[in-house]
Amino acid sequence: MTRYTAPRRSLTRRHVTNKVMVGLTFGAAFVATLPLLFILAYLLLKGTTSINLDFFTRLPPPPGETGGGMGNAVGGTLVLIGVAALIGLPIGIGSGLYLAEKRESRLATVVRFLADVLNGLPSIVVGIFAWQVLVRPFGHFSALAGGVALGAMMIPLVSRTTEEMIRLVPVALREAALALGYSRWRTSLAIVLRTALPGIVTGALVAIARIAGETAPLLFTALGNQFWSFRLSEPIAALPLQIYVFAISPYDDWHRLAWAGALVLIGVVFVISVAARAATRSRFGVGGD
Amino acid sequence: MSESAGAAATDTGIAPLVSGDIEGKSLGDRIYRGVTTVFAAAVPILLVLIALEVLIAAWPAFSRFGLSFLTSSSWDPVRQQFGAAPMIYGTLVSSALALLIATPFALGVAIFLAEFAPPWLRQPIAFTVDLLAAVPSVVYGLWGIFVLIPFLRTTVSPFLRDTLGLSALPFFAGADYGYNMLSASVILAIMILPYTSAVAREVLLAVPRSQREAALALGATKWETIRDAVIPYARSGIMGGIILGLGRALGETMAVTMLIGNRHEISTSLYAPAYTMASLIANEFAEATGDVHISALMAVGAVLMLTTLIVNVIARWLVWRVSREVRA
Repeated sequence: MTRYTAPRRSLTRRHVTNKVMVGLTFGAAFVATLPLLFILAYLLLKGTTSINLDFFTRLPPPPGETGGGMGNAVGGTLVLIGVAALIGLPIGIGSGLYLAEKRESRLATVVRFLADVLNGLPSIVVGIFAWQVLVRPFGHFSALAGGVALGAMMIPLVSRTTEEMIRLVPVALREAALALGYSRWRTSLAIVLRTALPGIVTGALVAIARIAGETAPLLFTALGNQFWSFRLSEPIAALPLQIYVFAISPYDDWHRLAWAGALVLIGVVFVISVAARAATRSRFGVGGD
Repeated sequence: MSESAGAAATDTGIAPLVSGDIEGKSLGDRIYRGVTTVFAAAVPILLVLIALEVLIAAWPAFSRFGLSFLTSSSWDPVRQQFGAAPMIYGTLVSSALALLIATPFALGVAIFLAEFAPPWLRQPIAFTVDLLAAVPSVVYGLWGIFVLIPFLRTTVSPFLRDTLGLSALPFFAGADYGYNMLSASVILAIMILPYTSAVAREVLLAVPRSQREAALALGATKWETIRDAVIPYARSGIMGGIILGLGRALGETMAVTMLIGNRHEISTSLYAPAYTMASLIANEFAEATGDVHISALMAVGAVLMLTTLIVNVIARWLVWRVSREVRA
């Protein structure tokens, strides 16, 4: 800190440097917001015209034909999300409860760290794991394998948000329940978990939004399907998979559907993200009760 | 409040209940404790299971090709020859380039939001940058094909090669067909920016106020305070954020697959198509023929998994070190 007791540079120059750095960091922030704006603009520009009732109810058209939709892919994505939620939510919320209630235990430290590591694992690796466990032994691709892959990716997301939300519950509430003679497990479930529930639901929705757009783990598990299918034992269509196939195809009509699909996907993701942000802020931002 | 389990009464006279809450001895408590412990244990078990399954499936390829799997450049499913060098090279170079492009912006955003930004501007910018992380990879790919590639080909490349005269360098040699290392690196840079900037911002915000006030009291300007008092304090955490971005870039699949051109060749030119480990698996796995091919793809997955595991562990450790220092 000796620098400031005997400044070698003139005060004006130091102030100019300060201004320049403010400008540079603002420039970086401005540039960083541009990609999102451009992505949204192009999605709206190119996708809006193809979104209509047909998009949600019809099958994809053969190459070269206009019309049609991605109804089977939208349905397939809902099925995959359902399977993923059945796996990811109970395990994620359960482990989140443990992390919040026994936060100093050795297992909690390990689980917290590994949940972050699992979260950073490439989704394609989760995909080959699901293939190895659920596709290879059965000899065919299946919606179940895709759902399990997505569910595995949900666990660390849900676990960490659940922990954070439970930690926001005031200690006084817990103590009041215990003082009234509630047993510890009932306090934890009926008072603490219940109080934190809106936050946990929000976290779960954000996790679902995150995995709804995942493509890589579905490439060789759910595989995709040109027709309507809702059976867990068969390959199933999914919105992100269909967008991928259409985007790299040479057909203009398929490109149009890809843009529309991407707009639907990002619409769902953004609505959930924005709503979640608003919900958590109004709940826990001010006052804290 | 003290967090030690079963500690004596604190200053307020209330026994801390933060930890050890489910330590009750009744049957219900025991069952509850058991069930939540099982759920918590599911996370480590899942991670170990993933690692084991992938490594076991990759073993035949590793034992058959040995070290040449990492160094050989021939990837030929017909002749059953598998060497992953071009994919390893492509993964490392695209990620390094993405890091090079994204880091200055990510740190700029973090510093601006944590230190300079007026409150009314902070939330909107932070939210917009955070939303970048919520855009699905396949949407980045779609946008990359139809918007980014044409933009790079018609505007950026002529600027780099003709205006700046860089075409003499080997890095900018050859024709630009759009699907190449450069396009993939730019899209990766956009994708990892929110992760690095979020961690860097958190770490900067965790630096104690006293650290800033001391420098300001000595007459430092705002920027000098950041440079000399805030950033040194947060350095390892910022490094953690950058390395976390690297981890994301290494494993990113769809957008890269759609833009990088997918060719098993090592070329110094950024205008040449390349391949990454993740995009190889994405392209070949569903149609893999024969056990050797599948095992070789699993081996590529194993290399990718181990690389990202190491990178993530280092990143988390660096970030954790800062938060521990702040608490202490």
